[in-house]
Amino acid sequence: MALTHLDRLEGESIHIFREVAAQAERPVLLYSAGKDSSVLLHLARKAFFPAPPPFPLLHVDTGWKFAAMYALRDRAAADAGMELIVHRNPEAERLGINPLDHGSELHTRIWKTEGLKQALDLHRFDAAIGGARRDEEKSRAKERIFSFRSAHHRWDPKNQRPELWRLYNARKAPGESFRAFPLSDWTELDVWEYVAREGIEVCDLYFAAPRPTVEQGGAILMVDDERLGVGDAAVRTIRFRTLGCYPLSGAIESKAASVEDIIAELRAARTSERQGRMIDFDSGASMEAKKQEGYF
Amino acid sequence: MGDGGTTPLLRFIACGSVDDGKSTLIGRLLHDCGEVPDDQLAALESDSRRFGTQGSAVDFALLLDGLSAEREQGITIDVAYRYFATAKRRFIVADAPGHEQYTRNMATGASTAELAVILVDATKGVLPQTRRHSAIVALMGIRHVVLAVNKMDLVDWSEAQFQKIEADYRGVAGEMAVTAIPVSALGGDNVAARSAAAPWYDGPSLVEHLEAAEIAPTSGAFRMPVQLVARPNRDFRGFQGLIVSGQVAPGEEVVVLPSGRRTRISEGRGEAGQSVTLTLADQVDCSRGDVIASAEAPPEVADQFEATIVWLAEEEMLPGRQYLLRIGADSARATLAQPKYRIDVESGEHLAARTFGLNDIGIANLSTDKPIVFEPYEKSRDLGGFILVDRTSNATVAAGMIRFALRRSANVQWQAIDVTREARSELLGQRPKLIWFTGLSGAGKSTIANLVEKRLHAMGRNTFLLDGDNLRHGLNRDLGFTDADRVENIRRAGEVAKLMTEAGLIVLAAFISPFRAERDMVRRMLPQGDFIEVHVDVPLAEAERRDPKGLYAKARAGELPNFTGIDSAYEPPEAPELRIDTAVTPAEEAAEAIVRFLLSTQG
Repeated sequence: MALTHLDRLEGESIHIFREVAAQAERPVLLYSAGKDSSVLLHLARKAFFPAPPPFPLLHVDTGWKFAAMYALRDRAAADAGMELIVHRNPEAERLGINPLDHGSELHTRIWKTEGLKQALDLHRFDAAIGGARRDEEKSRAKERIFSFRSAHHRWDPKNQRPELWRLYNARKAPGESFRAFPLSDWTELDVWEYVAREGIEVCDLYFAAPRPTVEQGGAILMVDDERLGVGDAAVRTIRFRTLGCYPLSGAIESKAASVEDIIAELRAARTSERQGRMIDFDSGASMEAKKQEGYF
Repeated sequence: MGDGGTTPLLRFIACGSVDDGKSTLIGRLLHDCGEVPDDQLAALESDSRRFGTQGSAVDFALLLDGLSAEREQGITIDVAYRYFATAKRRFIVADAPGHEQYTRNMATGASTAELAVILVDATKGVLPQTRRHSAIVALMGIRHVVLAVNKMDLVDWSEAQFQKIEADYRGVAGEMAVTAIPVSALGGDNVAARSAAAPWYDGPSLVEHLEAAEIAPTSGAFRMPVQLVARPNRDFRGFQGLIVSGQVAPGEEVVVLPSGRRTRISEGRGEAGQSVTLTLADQVDCSRGDVIASAEAPPEVADQFEATIVWLAEEEMLPGRQYLLRIGADSARATLAQPKYRIDVESGEHLAARTFGLNDIGIANLSTDKPIVFEPYEKSRDLGGFILVDRTSNATVAAGMIRFALRRSANVQWQAIDVTREARSELLGQRPKLIWFTGLSGAGKSTIANLVEKRLHAMGRNTFLLDGDNLRHGLNRDLGFTDADRVENIRRAGEVAKLMTEAGLIVLAAFISPFRAERDMVRRMLPQGDFIEVHVDVPLAEAERRDPKGLYAKARAGELPNFTGIDSAYEPPEAPELRIDTAVTPAEEAAEAIVRFLLSTQG
């Protein structure tokens, strides 16, 4: 019986997890409570079973995630029996950086990019495992599975190590590090098909339900708490294709209330997944520039 | 779009240049298979008017240039991976640029591909670059090629032109199975849907062919390189890895290599492509890098190989230098011999070569410092493909494919000798050591080494002084002063010194030996503690002032190329056993210190 593409993707992702564990001294799994994180955590648990994954989870928090994401995060870490490290950039906290007053670009840079670098330095992690996929965004299409970062966390897209067969070279000097992306070859549809096959719990916000919303700048935002400071919320039946900080995550109007519905919707989809991600549209080569600075 | 996650997967590489319409073809494949969402298509239409090369038409090529540097310069820098699916199959496309760094990128993209789509421009036919692309994908083990003859609309869908190109191409395809398809990527003819433009063509469209292409599954007996050993508690020892060929189930007899211990699978099952955890019936030694394999048909074990090398780094290969080799889940130190030849990928001609530079492909022997479990690359990519890593810069400098083990290592076994090094040194009443003097020319290495030997001799010690200059009159007379020759010079001196220590002697070696890597290599040839590195240190200005042989003057005059300290680097030792500053320490005093150090090791 020939393997299906999900079987092969799973085999390859688990192989990548095991290589990180074998080659890195202090790996960490970046966990954000999104669907890719859920799949990543599931694969990590499979890879090392019956032992627990030999690394902690790291959530680089901004304080602006959906409440449902925080709940899932804490539950998932406890279920997995893994240590959960939550890092909030103290500088951003002190300055009160937020997406409403400071805009998405500054908010993302200070809380997420700088926060991630701080957390990696603080705990001396030398390999950060993330859920990025190459189909997500153009500059990710050329990223290695084991992606080398300088001592300053910089990514040099023109000088990446060639990656042949299944051989990963994670040798580095002290202070340098790696980002590793076990889901590199997965597409959004693969992720959902795998969620369905394995019965993985994902955040409820992916499933359509009546929710309090407002429309802002052409995007539908969910009123997750009073900080949004808007007037009357309208109830719409919405769901999210991608989750981040709630004031920066655009919802779609949808009736897809189950994994199967989502898969059917995706097959017919005519817009891309990151369309709801406002941080991608900050400037022309936005993601590429963010990645060079150290965004995962 | 996929189908419940149950469709098979095909990985292929697309080869060609922008001029052949490769980006247009891939963009078209993604678009026609419904992978270009409306918001991206809208962005594409506006980009096409700004950067496009197709006038007012949508330029699908713009879908693919990911990095801003690429869009600005209109070139592709690196391999990109694209994803699309039909109801029958999921596809991963390695999109390798045709011009820039073509070998390095194409080898990378082809290493995981099962099939290659090679593009030819119908108006130009088979070009030298077509030969190049075909040679590289064949070398990387691809057996199935689709020849996409593009821009057929520009030759009025001429059947004769298509047939000529197909026939020409079959002449360069070697043993690869070829399917030729006439297409127009721009118009989408025969890409996803069959086109009425070529009524004489009754074959499949490109997508139909890709959906149906039969790639023989990874054949062969069971093999699993061990990545990790899981020991969650005292009762469980699980061996974790990806099955690279065959299948496995409880009860089956397996062998752990290279040790050769046989046992049975206790728990765990799976087939090629799956990552599994296996437990074994017996307590056998097995750790990361070992291979668990079918006991009936195990892979080979060897430490000397002939391999095809693809050089990926700007710095050229140094024969004799030790690199780190990675194969399967194992790593070893590996040394390449001087190339047998380099291959001209356009003509297939074999060219003489002393080294490999960036994007060179050639054949060389290599040896590893320990036995490696392997299979010839044509049998197994996973146990025959390796990379070489520079141990200082940590860069991946080469990819290699094992052709076969050298019979020398398979058949010439180590001859066990009863009189040992220990027995010989006992008879001489001394512990053999190698005192290695390194430093700039004119630092005083030979002078000091000579004094040390005289003292030891007077004390009744059995010694031998190996001097770099003297060796160059005999054993090393064929070597010059290039970096590669310097590496070989030290390798030979190290081997000779090692034999002499095995004879029980205290060996003194005076060599400039400018590179850390080679001094470390000699250090590792000897038992720990037997290599005493003495850095005979002097400021360059002082050595130049002394200039006992008049060499610095010649070097400064440009008459002596590659002179250490002038136009060739000296890498000082980081932690030598002794450092002598001869600008302030007289030679007699230095010799005294070295003798004292040596006697302290003699017990």
